[in-house]
Amino acid sequence: MTSEPIPIICVACPKGCRLEVLRSEGDILVNHAGCKRGQEYARGEVTDPRRMVASTVKVLNAIHPLLPVYTSAPFPKGRIRELLAEIRKVELKAPVKINQVVIENALGTGIDVVASRDLE
Amino acid sequence: MTNLHYDVVVVGSGPGGLAAAISARQNGAEKVLIIERDIELGGILLQCIHNGFGVEVFKEDLPGPSYAQRFIQQVHDLKIDTLLDSMVLETTPDRRLFITNRKLGIREIKAGALVFAMGCRERTRAQIRLPGSRPAGVYTAGTAQRWVNVEGYMPGKRFVILGSGDIGMIMARRLTFEGAKVERVLEIMPYLSGLTRNYVQCLQDFDIPLQLNHTVKRIIGNNRVEAIEAAAVDEQRRIIPGSEEIIPCDTLLLSVGLIPENELSRQAGVRIDPVTAGAFVDSRFHTSVPGIFSAGNVVHVYDLVDWVTQAGLAAGKGAALFAQGKLAVSDKVVRTQAGENVRYIVPHTFDPNLLAEEAIPLQMRVKQPIEAPVWVEAVCNGKSVTRKALPYARPGEMVTLNLKPDVVDSFRESGTLTVNITER
Amino acid sequence: MSETYDIIIIGGGVVGCMTARFLSRYKLSILLIEKEIDIGSVTSAANTALVHPGYDPVSGSLKAKMNVAAVPLWLNLSEELNFAYERCGDFVVAIGQEELPQLDELVERGKRNGVTGMSIVSGDEMRKREPLINPAVSGALFAETGAMCDPFGVTLAAAENAVMNGVTILRDTAFEDFIIQNKRIVGVKTNRGAFGCRWAINAAGLYSDVVMHKAGVRPEFKITPRKGEYLILDRADFELQSVYFPVPTEISKGIMATNSVHGNTILGPTAHDQDDKEDKTNSESGLQEVLEGGRKLIPCVDPRHVIAVFAGLRAAGNAPCETPGVDYGHDFIVEIPATIQGLVNLGGIESPGLSSSPAIALRVIDLLKDAGEKLVEKSDWNPIRPARPRFRHMTHAQRQAVIEKDERYGRVVCRCENVTEGEIVAEIHSPVPATTYDAIKRRTWLGTGRCQGGFDLPRVTHILARELGISETAVSKKGGDSTFLLRPTKQAEDDHD
Repeated sequence: MTSEPIPIICVACPKGCRLEVLRSEGDILVNHAGCKRGQEYARGEVTDPRRMVASTVKVLNAIHPLLPVYTSAPFPKGRIRELLAEIRKVELKAPVKINQVVIENALGTGIDVVASRDLE
Repeated sequence: MTNLHYDVVVVGSGPGGLAAAISARQNGAEKVLIIERDIELGGILLQCIHNGFGVEVFKEDLPGPSYAQRFIQQVHDLKIDTLLDSMVLETTPDRRLFITNRKLGIREIKAGALVFAMGCRERTRAQIRLPGSRPAGVYTAGTAQRWVNVEGYMPGKRFVILGSGDIGMIMARRLTFEGAKVERVLEIMPYLSGLTRNYVQCLQDFDIPLQLNHTVKRIIGNNRVEAIEAAAVDEQRRIIPGSEEIIPCDTLLLSVGLIPENELSRQAGVRIDPVTAGAFVDSRFHTSVPGIFSAGNVVHVYDLVDWVTQAGLAAGKGAALFAQGKLAVSDKVVRTQAGENVRYIVPHTFDPNLLAEEAIPLQMRVKQPIEAPVWVEAVCNGKSVTRKALPYARPGEMVTLNLKPDVVDSFRESGTLTVNITER
Repeated sequence: MSETYDIIIIGGGVVGCMTARFLSRYKLSILLIEKEIDIGSVTSAANTALVHPGYDPVSGSLKAKMNVAAVPLWLNLSEELNFAYERCGDFVVAIGQEELPQLDELVERGKRNGVTGMSIVSGDEMRKREPLINPAVSGALFAETGAMCDPFGVTLAAAENAVMNGVTILRDTAFEDFIIQNKRIVGVKTNRGAFGCRWAINAAGLYSDVVMHKAGVRPEFKITPRKGEYLILDRADFELQSVYFPVPTEISKGIMATNSVHGNTILGPTAHDQDDKEDKTNSESGLQEVLEGGRKLIPCVDPRHVIAVFAGLRAAGNAPCETPGVDYGHDFIVEIPATIQGLVNLGGIESPGLSSSPAIALRVIDLLKDAGEKLVEKSDWNPIRPARPRFRHMTHAQRQAVIEKDERYGRVVCRCENVTEGEIVAEIHSPVPATTYDAIKRRTWLGTGRCQGGFDLPRVTHILARELGISETAVSKKGGDSTFLLRPTKQAEDDHD
């Protein structure tokens, strides 16, 4: 049994290739991929889609009220809302250093949320 | 008023300005100064907290502030001077600048070479002559971005976004992350104006509808936006009667294009290309005024910051060489010309002698999208110089054609190089 | 009634503020009420920004008399009140031979009205004086007393000078009704309570009909708002040399092209009657009409030059001219009605209302004197309203001096118009304080340039919040619920569906 083709626009790079994924008894077939990264991206999209997540957290005593943060690796897409709720709870005090861990092992994924910049 | 003198002065500290200053210093300029109007270095990158920066330059996927900080660190390491919270009020063709700063007052600065890196500004409601009332709640996407990400305020809860520019789409996701509802993204053209990946990651992921061939017919609400009237447009971008739809919302964000910010360049006498709205430049980003260079989005609007950095590096090198009297004056010049389906090419000219030493990237945008394999072909004197194949060509995505040193023989004389982008 | 005044002026447009200013020289207690959050923010803020010489109004009309009487007052007034006023002259431009005869008619009318300093210039001369003019120009009427001004600036300066001389101004205070005893007005009811008075002056502009009807005056009088749409062009693209009208039509002076005191070209207005007194929206068709009308005079006008659009409403009335033998049905009303005591009634003050405003103010004083009011001059009346520093217009040395005194003048907040934090703060703490973004914008011209506030808006909301001691989410564009910001980013709101 081969599934209906799933259309996927590849975002592994800015080109935005339009791929097609077919699932057939455990096998995953990717059509129209322009490169190997595209192949991997399409496989990931149908098995375990992930996204880099960037947001901000409250910070006290700094030149700005917010500190930009991001995930140290692509984060499971289905849990982004949960992650955002966690991020919303954080409140830091300046100074903060770039890459300082803001949330360790977020939602048990093994992925950290880290500071995107120094902030004093 | 104490006057200051620098070998190279860079106006603006976004990616173009940072790279230009670093490159100027690394290429022999002793005294380098960056002038920035904000209270810290980094420019608009600091409010672009999303990822996607650095894939070309660092082979890493960084958020804007992280990308900026790598260069800011270098600026400090290289002992480049900075003047923050300072506005350039006036520039002259002989490279004098007048700045204002709260602590220093008015200062005159003389530059051996000058790099303009003011970036671009957003097109406004008036420039697209949006009819209707004039309430609070109509903002450019970049202004909203500064509020949400830096100042810490949400400008509304129900949004419509006009224009599918990258900042608009990125803000759609960002606002959704912070609990707002983005009702719709409207795009008057039949194609996306930003990058496809932003469509996927910012709209598709969150089920935000994108309507191509649609625009805002009118803004409704006296004090605060209460709704907008959307409508479909025909091929001439005229509103199709009967297609109107009222969309209740409290905020309309505009992501309808960017315009290089060249008021200082004009003051200094720099010739401006009406197509790009940026300076006419050569491959070192040298403008029509000797000693004045132009780097990044102030030349033409790039789609990737990494290219802005590279432009800044080239401009900074040129500026350093000029300041040291080492910038070679060539006897030959090749002009680039936008050919079939090409809207413009940057640089406008290049020195073929330089091509012997280093590749020259030609950067351009297409007029019409071609959703089929294309050739990007450079032609000189009726002969093909080089060509490359691309799977498609879209106005939202810049096309780069690298002229490599091995084609230098095509340019024995001054001449014109035409680039065409056509279906394969 | 909480307080009682000698005079209450209803309406803080240019006519009300000018009247307040001229009355402030006498020993009178005066209150001016304005329904909007700021003075001068309706008709006085959205017009063609010109002082007309007076050749246009129908001869014998009060409009003609007031306009011509006001012209000689303006120069001195601009020096006393320090507002932008440039007497550059104006031109009525005939395109093609067929429009030429109308210029002579205008000259004749001007002479009848008492206008001086008019002359006819040839098409060649016109092309020389304005290189951008339609080359088909066949001739023009030049009137040397035509002038550009900043109409909001005029209104504000008059209001500030009035306040300096003891007038109280209450904004966000709307007229509701008169308090009448024995056919005499003894007070005014507002949304902020009632105030007693011996005289009320109706300067309510678009609502002048509603106000006079509350006193039972002229029940047949009706204001029909006439919308005018405008385009503002970037001065970076071109700057016109002067002020250009087309030859006038029956209902209006037509779409004109004018330079402004800020150097930006203004095109407009359209002239379309409507019922709604609040609808100041722009329409696609209106903007197109302005573009096409503007191109008739200045053919190089292109949509790409547009940096702002706006629309204003003229308070067009239907008062018949009272001069015997003059058949004209849209005249000004400046009167003390016989049917009620204690009312000075102004109505139908449309174009040339701004031009006429100083003369109207003086006429109000004459009417009060005629009614037996003993007006005693104050010994300490100060006619001078000092200008506040404008960074944009200073030399570098002047800038240095002002920054040394107050460093906030060293920080530019609006990059296009070079407006500094010092100027913004000064406006927030001025005699008629700016409390909204639009109020700052009208006073400083911040946010009026190429980027239309894109850069300055977050900075100005911050400064307003700080100086007014309010939350940034309470800062508004023009009062009421016109706030810019909803909530702090990190303050979660209820989940939407």
